[in-house]
Amino acid sequence: MGWIGETVDSIKSIKIRQLVTQVVTLGMIVTSALIIWKALMCVTGTESPVVVVLSGSMEPGFKRGDILFLHMTKEPIRAGEIVVFNVDGRDIPIVHRAIKVHERENTGEVDVLTKGDNNDIDDIGLYAEGQFWLHRHHIMGRAIGFLPYVGWVTIIMTEQPIIKYILIGALGLLVITSKD
Amino acid sequence: MHSFGYRANALLTFAVTALAFICAIASFSDKFSNQNPSAEIQILNINRFKKQSHGNDEVSLTLDIAADLQSLFTWNTKQIFVFVAAEYETPKNSLNQVSLWDAIIPVKENAKFRIQISNKYRFIDQGHNLRGKEFNLTLHWHVMPKTGKMFADKIVMSGYSLPDAYR
Repeated sequence: MGWIGETVDSIKSIKIRQLVTQVVTLGMIVTSALIIWKALMCVTGTESPVVVVLSGSMEPGFKRGDILFLHMTKEPIRAGEIVVFNVDGRDIPIVHRAIKVHERENTGEVDVLTKGDNNDIDDIGLYAEGQFWLHRHHIMGRAIGFLPYVGWVTIIMTEQPIIKYILIGALGLLVITSKD
Repeated sequence: MHSFGYRANALLTFAVTALAFICAIASFSDKFSNQNPSAEIQILNINRFKKQSHGNDEVSLTLDIAADLQSLFTWNTKQIFVFVAAEYETPKNSLNQVSLWDAIIPVKENAKFRIQISNKYRFIDQGHNLRGKEFNLTLHWHVMPKTGKMFADKIVMSGYSLPDAYR
């Protein structure tokens, strides 16, 4: 049985003090991940500092499974920036490029029109019915950095939840049975 | 201590760290490239200039765009997204940016080009302020890397103006 046998033995041999230590360790891992995520939210100013590209509408620049790092500052939106926006009535944010910007003289409000680099037409058809422009509150952030392929991990886990549970289970077992 | 799991974990951690480090270095190396892009744009013709039925001015024009963006390419460059925008001020808006044409340049060889083309996106004002309007044509580029930080810049060309009457 080898490895599995050892694992079972080590679970059997856990004492109460050890168990508490393991639980605390596990808690530390989970909370530090949470701390990092929340800290990133503070630093970048956006509620999702990292997004995974889900569609091919920005190909060949961004492919499905690539990840983008977002940043949101008070600086005004300008044409050419790749923005991530939410549309009323859609759950999933969209990553497209701003191609037209009209900024008001007195209020500084903006009208933004976006388009995917790989799409033939602009995004008016994607917006809510009767909506012709994006406004500031639709925009979650602008993309500043790029990392290829990494997002496949989350895509696979979302589409094949069984893999997620196996992975979480395996990691949990590893933490419980590790004896530093 | 030296179990299979422990070794696999150590190997994976090291591989991911090394990969992240290499990506960071590749992105950082972009900073040291020498960039001297150039661009020139002429308006060859105003094809159409009218007020739409709901009151917004619309222009159709033909542009002659010449640019050399070859120096923007580095080994970490996947592609360059280039676009030309008309930029102007109106009483209502402190800034209007209307993209007229864009292209994706995937390889360095294509980054020096000259093209004569009418506007790909409709040039529509928010209102009817375009008669006799002076505006800038700005060539923007957005360098999209194989990995790491994206960067963008532009060349602003001023002194263009639209006719005083619809045609």
